[in-house]
Amino acid sequence: MKYLSEFRNPEAAQNLALKIKEVTKRNWTIMEVCGGQTHSILKYNIDELLPDKIRLIHGPGCPVCVTSLEMIDKAIEIASQPDVIFTSFGDMLRVPGSKLDLLSVKANGGDVRMVYSPLDAVKIAQSNPDKKVVFFAVGFETTAPANGMSVLRAKELGLKNYSILCSHVLVPPAIEALMSGFNSSINGFLAAGHVCTVMGYEEYLPLAEKYKIPIVVTGFEPIDILQGILKCVTLLEEGKNIVENQYSRVVRKEGNLAAKEVIKKVFEITDRKWRGIGLIPKSGLKLKDEFSDFDAEKIFDIKNLQVDEPEVCIAGEVLQGLKLPIECPAFGKECTPENPLGAPMVSSEGACAAYFHYKKVKIN
Amino acid sequence: MEFQLSCPIPKSEYEKVLLAHGGGGTLTHQLISKMFLNQFGNEYLNELHDGAIFEISGNKFAFTTDSYVVNPIFFPGGNIGELAINGTVNDLAVCGAKPLFISAGFIIEEGLEIEELWQIVLSMKKAADEAGVMIVTGDTKVVEKGKGDKIFINTSGIGLVYEGLEISPKKVKSGDVIIINGRIAEHGIAIMSEREGLEFETKIKSDTAPLNGLVEDILKVSNKISVMRDPTRGGLASALNEIASSANVKIEIYEKEIPVSEEVMGACEILGLDPLYIANEGKILVFVDESDAEKVLDAMKKNPHGKESRIIGKVIEEGLSLVTMKTLIGSTRIVDMISGEQLPRIC
Repeated sequence: MKYLSEFRNPEAAQNLALKIKEVTKRNWTIMEVCGGQTHSILKYNIDELLPDKIRLIHGPGCPVCVTSLEMIDKAIEIASQPDVIFTSFGDMLRVPGSKLDLLSVKANGGDVRMVYSPLDAVKIAQSNPDKKVVFFAVGFETTAPANGMSVLRAKELGLKNYSILCSHVLVPPAIEALMSGFNSSINGFLAAGHVCTVMGYEEYLPLAEKYKIPIVVTGFEPIDILQGILKCVTLLEEGKNIVENQYSRVVRKEGNLAAKEVIKKVFEITDRKWRGIGLIPKSGLKLKDEFSDFDAEKIFDIKNLQVDEPEVCIAGEVLQGLKLPIECPAFGKECTPENPLGAPMVSSEGACAAYFHYKKVKIN
Repeated sequence: MEFQLSCPIPKSEYEKVLLAHGGGGTLTHQLISKMFLNQFGNEYLNELHDGAIFEISGNKFAFTTDSYVVNPIFFPGGNIGELAINGTVNDLAVCGAKPLFISAGFIIEEGLEIEELWQIVLSMKKAADEAGVMIVTGDTKVVEKGKGDKIFINTSGIGLVYEGLEISPKKVKSGDVIIINGRIAEHGIAIMSEREGLEFETKIKSDTAPLNGLVEDILKVSNKISVMRDPTRGGLASALNEIASSANVKIEIYEKEIPVSEEVMGACEILGLDPLYIANEGKILVFVDESDAEKVLDAMKKNPHGKESRIIGKVIEEGLSLVTMKTLIGSTRIVDMISGEQLPRIC
């Protein structure tokens, strides 16, 4: 835990804030990609320590927020079936679908269970052979290896009642989509440390070059984030469009080879719809055909879903860094964590929820 | 108050009760204010204290009730029985009352092992003896298999309020110092690790304990206590928000002073949970005039249940209902009431 407290050290934070002020000469907009970083920035009010010239905007890196509404509605439809045990990570349970969320399905009598690992869902399948056990496999590259492992384990055990509802998304295509947009004002990125722990950062090298942007692989503790910002601003001021690794205590350039191997074995790249953003080509993972027996989308052939996104919600613009949560007319009024209109107000990693919890006074 | 036939909670928001309605956060408070207070409200209930305080023949009494539905019923550091006694003892103690009599209502699910029930009864007896209370009335119901969760226990308690003592959230004022008697979040994490089969290197134990002795020691050295509260469900953050809201004051707490064990901090990091919102069972928050703060702190430290007492914050302004925290890195942020159940994050 000493290792953790070092990354929350007040003197180190103040020193870094001072250095950032010294280095910053021009206005810069930096996007943190990961929802965990957004949460840390708001939780420690890191903005307060930065010069006005630096504007932090929040990216689409909350896996709960970007899972498409269609997929949530599919999950709700599957979870509502009587012979199903539907399993999910905790923060997916509250995300609103078109009409319900998974917690409401549970309140209506559905067997919806929160698990900490997809391997726990496999265990549930083993001990409930008369039920179909489905795991909601969402998340970025970070959760893909464990979710893939669950499929391999279920296959090894010969389970016929385990499947995953696969909705994985990938970070580099999202950065590409944001940068190729007409209205991008992003000067630099803090790349998500956890994703790079799995994937490494080789994929970011061509992006930095193509879009002339520095990208700094960054961790989640306040000192990590301040160091990431310092590195990013320094690169911007020096006009260097390269990739640097602030999170070197965890991240290697090539990533975690064993985890990447599992992803390669189980999944293949697919086009994926992102909630609030739309279809991003080659931005997701789906199960390979050889694992189709474990693919919930194929087992439960759900069609004719009427998908309705609330009109007033600007989650898409928030997720693209085009608007701040407080610029939404529904923020804190029709849309609150108790009655979220969009996913970013739900997840602990969602930008709207973070603003709601930590910045309420400024908003008021 | 006029009797309303239509439900004051708009049906469009929630057609059914969710688990989060019992989580101690915003939804619980919505139920309490819009539904229960709406219909049951009176001068005692409206105080929203841990128990009602009323006077009979010149003596002031505190009356409280609580139900215990913990799963699993046996957990590291205790079981549902001692929890049910300690919880009600503590609710009386924080009202400034000496706990006297307790009732115990058992709702038992068919199939519970008699041996397990016996263990629960023994630990209730032991907890009652330690707190110096008598279990004077009770009730037993058995429900069909599948219609309960092994055992639910309801306890109510009556205590005699110490003479001349008046403590209430409404007495909280600018300058009051906030003291806690030790490390937070241990009960919630102990339950969670047992329930979810999470294995941490160190076993985290529940902090369940009777606090009436500690409260007595506090009241012996100071008559300037504004309010006391046991931050159970909803954790430290919810208890502070409740007081800030009842007293209409701004509270500032200091992150570096809030005692959290390394084990609990590690578990929270892994699960993506904030220890400020996790349940405690043996903790007490004391709001005391700053002139008596050191005296109270010393007295608390001398009690076995208060050895690790710390000043964790201060009331800094009146007329604004808010809790803020000086973070470890020197910035300030809001500590909000939790919205529902804390759910572990994805990654």
